[in-house]
Amino acid sequence: MKSLRRIATAVAVAGLVAACATATAVGSTKTVTISVASLIPGSTQAAVDQFNAQVREFEKANPAIKVKPVEYQWTGPTFAAKLAAGTLPTVFEVPFTDARTLGDNGQLADLTSYVKKLPYYSKYNPAVLAEGTDAKGQIIALPKGAYAQALHYNRALFKEAGLDPNKPPTTWAQLRADAKQIAQKTGKTGYAEMAKDDNTAGWILTTVVYSLGGRMEVGTGTSAKATLDNPKTIQALNLLKAMRWTDNSMGSNFEYSWGDINQAFAGGSVGMYISGSDVYTNLVQASNINPGIYGLATIPLAKNKTSGVLGGGTLVGVRPDANAAAKAAAVKWIDFFYESPLVSKAQAVRNAQTLVANKQPVGVPALPLFNKAQYDLANTWIKPFINVPLTQMKPFLTGIFKQTLIPEPEASTQSVYHSLDAVVEAVLTNKNTNVVQMLQQANSTAQAAIQQGT
Amino acid sequence: MAVIDSSREPALPSTRGLSGVQAVPRRTPITWVRGGGLTTLLFLLPLLFVFGAFSWYPIVRTVIMSLQHTNLVQPATWVGFRNFEQVWHDPLFPVAVKNTAYFAGLALLFGYPIPLVAAVLMSEVRKRRGIYSALAYLPVVIPPVVAVLLWKVFYDASSLGAFNTVLGWVHLGPYPWLQSQGWAMPSLVLESTWANAGATVIIYLAALTGVQTELYEAASVDGAGILRKVWHVTLPQLRGVLLVTMILQIIGTAQVFLEPYLFTSGGPANATLTVLLMIFNYAFGNSLGGNYGAATALSLMLAGFLAVFSLVYLRATRSWSTR
Repeated sequence: MKSLRRIATAVAVAGLVAACATATAVGSTKTVTISVASLIPGSTQAAVDQFNAQVREFEKANPAIKVKPVEYQWTGPTFAAKLAAGTLPTVFEVPFTDARTLGDNGQLADLTSYVKKLPYYSKYNPAVLAEGTDAKGQIIALPKGAYAQALHYNRALFKEAGLDPNKPPTTWAQLRADAKQIAQKTGKTGYAEMAKDDNTAGWILTTVVYSLGGRMEVGTGTSAKATLDNPKTIQALNLLKAMRWTDNSMGSNFEYSWGDINQAFAGGSVGMYISGSDVYTNLVQASNINPGIYGLATIPLAKNKTSGVLGGGTLVGVRPDANAAAKAAAVKWIDFFYESPLVSKAQAVRNAQTLVANKQPVGVPALPLFNKAQYDLANTWIKPFINVPLTQMKPFLTGIFKQTLIPEPEASTQSVYHSLDAVVEAVLTNKNTNVVQMLQQANSTAQAAIQQGT
Repeated sequence: MAVIDSSREPALPSTRGLSGVQAVPRRTPITWVRGGGLTTLLFLLPLLFVFGAFSWYPIVRTVIMSLQHTNLVQPATWVGFRNFEQVWHDPLFPVAVKNTAYFAGLALLFGYPIPLVAAVLMSEVRKRRGIYSALAYLPVVIPPVVAVLLWKVFYDASSLGAFNTVLGWVHLGPYPWLQSQGWAMPSLVLESTWANAGATVIIYLAALTGVQTELYEAASVDGAGILRKVWHVTLPQLRGVLLVTMILQIIGTAQVFLEPYLFTSGGPANATLTVLLMIFNYAFGNSLGGNYGAATALSLMLAGFLAVFSLVYLRATRSWSTR
């Protein structure tokens, strides 16, 4: 009897376990959990609340999908480490410069079949979509946003220095003079530049060189030729040298990273600096800027045929190890969170409403992902909700569509920037830097990287 | 421990008894088990596992990876010694080696004697010795990242920076600290010395208690002052410890990473790029996926150099330390 009872118990337990197992199996095929890049670490509670509200709205519309927000900030070193360790969220963001190579290396999931089902697929600006298409023609990322480099300036410091805050500089000579005046009259930094060894110094130098009409490389792929040591780069560095050492208008910090310089600017200690046109969002979310001091202008362009403004952007991709269900869910999230607000009036309005309710910026200047008409149309939808100081951004908004947009150097972008970092740092920290010699070194380093495709 | 001993003890007499009868003890698996071998193995297993998983396996993986080209996502390919060649021909390699040697040299020059002097002075103090050792050890207790961020504020290069303000009172500065190629490395050494001296002070203080007081008394009788006592009694008595702390410091400073990474990221213009930072840059500096082959190759080169250096050092100082 005893053994019989034991057998019965065992059978019952086994049955129960089996039942549980089927239940979870059924459950797991029904709900799929994806982790998504949310906000950068250190964002305000209001920004977090706004993001969570979006997540709840998405989950309500898609009951079978669970979204787990993960704090995320793209920086070269952390991205590489997370990529190698396999700890990136299911949905994450990468700059325009990296997506294609990551796709070619098998480090981004192929989203082609899912993306082609999106109703607005055919409306994408082909040049923008090409940034997220790999060599085999697979779509491996969708655009989040595009920016043009812009000049951000502190209107309060302009006024304090006796300058007209409605007339930001339109030539480099004027910018230099304004920076000097700010430094002398206010004791604050007239003009600051990102100058850290994390590729940002090279990014900003490239922006200045483009504005003077120079280019960092000629050709494409591993056969591209590095032209870092072109005369315009020398001109840009000499300008920097003069502002730093002759005018002494660049303050005393020469190791600003992207986040540091935003913080310093929002804190009111920097007169002017260059960064993407969409940086205002970060200035609000992470640095609590006083909107009254903010001014946005285009970057001064030299009067020649090759000068232009550097443009780039951010793409959204999915982990290569995501299964079909996760990929489908990821594209749904990308559609909901990133794309729809640009093409669907209902979604755009709802999005703007949550942003405004949580005191987050609506109407930050960006560049069209589809076409200019669609961009203007989308802007009319959200017009009643716009809460950024548009009049203070007028110098940019009226000027940007007249400027020629030039994409970032295509081959080995980050390596090209990285080899320029040291040159910028040297100019800012050593009065006797031999600019030409350092540029030649940087050029050969960049050329080697281009040939190796790294 | 008592439990282990009691379980092992009864087995021993019987084993001995057996060997007494057989004259020549035979080691068989059975005697090994009876002798408590299984228990030993059981208690050894966690240690073997921890060392294996977190120490030996990574070392083996490093050696393998240094001969491969891999992005850790796609399958790796064997490339022989090409990674080592690449590192050797990298124009930044001599820069990094030179900077590391400079850091180690400066740290040895300032960081080595300061703890010794502090320890000798503190051992002379009769009252409240505990407070002094606590004060000396305090920087070690502060988490290194916090300490660096704190010092970064102190090093603010404007005239409003903490150090520049203090120096301004005596009409010095403002100095550029981290913002100048010439100043950056000494600034790192200064913080590093402050942060690490405490640990060495404690070691010296412990060693000083081992110096026989009769030696000092004898020296006093011979008319020696404090300096001569330190030179002729303290230092010779401490030489074993001194030699060990020196090699530990050299190995430690050759692997300096935290300070250059957090203070300057190797800048300005590679003025504080060290070997370890270069390894980090190979692995994680490129957002498109790192050059893990070159990173591991340089790691092995550094490990090899330090191993050879330590051997030579120990050989060269053996006679001196045991004399």
